[in-house]
Amino acid sequence: MKHRLIASIAALALAAAAPALAQDKTVKIGNLNDMSSLYADLGGPGSTLAAQMAVEDSGLTAKGWKIEVVGADHQNKPDVASNIARQWYDVDNVDVIIDTPNSGVALAVAAVTKDKNRVFINSGAASSDLTGKACTPNTVHWTYDTYTLANTTGKAVVKAGGDSWFFITADYAFGHALERDTEAVITANGGKVLGKVRHPLNTSDFSSFLLQAQSSKAKIVGLANAGGDTTNSIKQASEFGLASGGQKLAALLLFISDVHALGLNVAQGLTFTESFYWDMNEQTRAFSDRFSKRMKNGAKPTMVQAGAYAGVLHYLKALEALGGNPHDGAKVVAKMKEIPTDDPLFGKGEIRVDGRKIHPVYLFEVKKPSESKGPWDYYKLIATVPANEAFRPLAQSECPLVKK
Amino acid sequence: MFGVSTQALFGQLLLGLINGSFYALLSLGLAVIFGMLNIINFAHGALYMMGAFCAYFLLQWAGVGYWGALVLAPLIIGLVGVLIERTMLQWLTGLDHLYGLLLTFGLALIFQGLFQNYFGSSGLPYAIPPQLTGGQNLGFMFLPNYRAWVVVFSLAVCLVTWFVIERTKLGAYLRAATENPTLVRAMGVNVPRMITLTYGAGVALAALAGVLAAPINQVRPLMGADLIIVVFAVVVIGGMGSIMGSIVTGFALGLVEGLTKVFYPEASNTVIFVIMTIVLLIKPAGLFGRAA
Repeated sequence: MKHRLIASIAALALAAAAPALAQDKTVKIGNLNDMSSLYADLGGPGSTLAAQMAVEDSGLTAKGWKIEVVGADHQNKPDVASNIARQWYDVDNVDVIIDTPNSGVALAVAAVTKDKNRVFINSGAASSDLTGKACTPNTVHWTYDTYTLANTTGKAVVKAGGDSWFFITADYAFGHALERDTEAVITANGGKVLGKVRHPLNTSDFSSFLLQAQSSKAKIVGLANAGGDTTNSIKQASEFGLASGGQKLAALLLFISDVHALGLNVAQGLTFTESFYWDMNEQTRAFSDRFSKRMKNGAKPTMVQAGAYAGVLHYLKALEALGGNPHDGAKVVAKMKEIPTDDPLFGKGEIRVDGRKIHPVYLFEVKKPSESKGPWDYYKLIATVPANEAFRPLAQSECPLVKK
Repeated sequence: MFGVSTQALFGQLLLGLINGSFYALLSLGLAVIFGMLNIINFAHGALYMMGAFCAYFLLQWAGVGYWGALVLAPLIIGLVGVLIERTMLQWLTGLDHLYGLLLTFGLALIFQGLFQNYFGSSGLPYAIPPQLTGGQNLGFMFLPNYRAWVVVFSLAVCLVTWFVIERTKLGAYLRAATENPTLVRAMGVNVPRMITLTYGAGVALAALAGVLAAPINQVRPLMGADLIIVVFAVVVIGGMGSIMGSIVTGFALGLVEGLTKVFYPEASNTVIFVIMTIVLLIKPAGLFGRAA
């Protein structure tokens, strides 16, 4: 009896393993994110949901694929993130890590991912180094980067006469990259930077930095920070009367979750760059509707969450084209670069050899309270930058994958 | 001086004082609770956050504005405090500090988790009351009226609290009850009720600080968690349980932090802990504490 049991278990195990050897159709997707702090609303659990929706919309489950989405909190600490990534890759058989805002964290995860030959589809981090000097054959950078923000918002502001700047910068990889890329655009367009101050990540009081910005007499106060840091800066800038002193704020990175948190009274008139807004067309509205119905606070998706959705969708497309999951990160990413991208949120595009996803980006302005028809109706489209101009040209790339 | 004009420096000092007033208010509540109940109240930050949320709810759901919230929110959250003391903390009397610390820390995590679950992490907007918008141009800086109000009001609250505890008969009872509860009970004073109300009052102070902070920062679930560690450092530097110590160190450390933001902003989050380490090495009981 006992032997028969063991034999049948062994037979079952073999039966289960056999197709796996031929054509493995199991996939594990890990959303490594800030789940609880200043970036949790722009990525966070919403990105897990977005990935889940991408899995559902891919239709692969019906074709016999087994796809699982898991999430973890990296607490904005690169060391914590690297540990989770290693654990995921080594023990839990995660194939792909997605989203991961916080550039410091993202750069660390990109290195681990290359080491373990898995896939890293980044949406939330901004540093253009991810597809620049730190590019790898395993990284895809989906939604936006510091080069784009600088080149779109920065250029627009300088051209509108804002030629002297003071930076309030988050003191880590992201802030430094955004400040560097924007400063390059400002000087290239004939403007100058009068001063800068660097604040620790997750600061609640910005009054001291704003005072320094005021005494610099710069026309533009550039906020090279994100999430809660940006909302606090904007709110306190209005309290300290920056505008009445003739200075203007340039929020270099602003998400719809930030605008929602600030309220239109404070946020109105800000111009900034995004690559996705829920109210762009029929398809974005339909997706966002489904998304917000499943969010606890009914939030519309940010561009980061949209990027997580689109990235996973394209990743699964590549796997399907490969006919199974080869568990070989570089091979999958090569396939992702080979197939042109096409999804309901970002439209048609491509992934370049350096890992940069290419699509149009938009310059938006926050509506006045009187122009808004209700919650989440926040943006006015000012300009569209075509895909081929929105991102850093390959010719300027420091990425070793780019052959010159 | 060091490349910074005296005028700019003066502005930064004033800002430091304003931020210091939050440290003072919060550390005062902690000091009252520790001094009278011997409880290290790690839920203080969460209760501060709940004060801010309470102001937001009052406005959204009941139409009660800032001034009403300034009175009502501390009362409501104070009641929550009373409830916490009655149902949980009172059973820890006489046990090691660690139990109270762990219990309140757990409570803080639960409160923050609940609020985060329902309201997200980026927070909700709360406007400055119309009477206090705008500001004064002081020549060396632009001082928002609201910040001026915060510093004056919290200084007043601090001094009144100090006066009640150190200079009135009620305060004398309280202090006596911490020294020797049995003896004070023998005099006919209802010590458990007094302790409950004291905890409620300490919590109300936290909630009051929360209402004051609501128009300045976003009303966020983690607004207290970000602050509480700094405030504990303030309490340790001032001397655990010392009322005046917590007020003076609160304001003083606000000033130090303000100066750091001018000369080496990258360190502004850490400077207070550096000071804490130095103080603990030189004077382990804190600047105003009595050695046990």
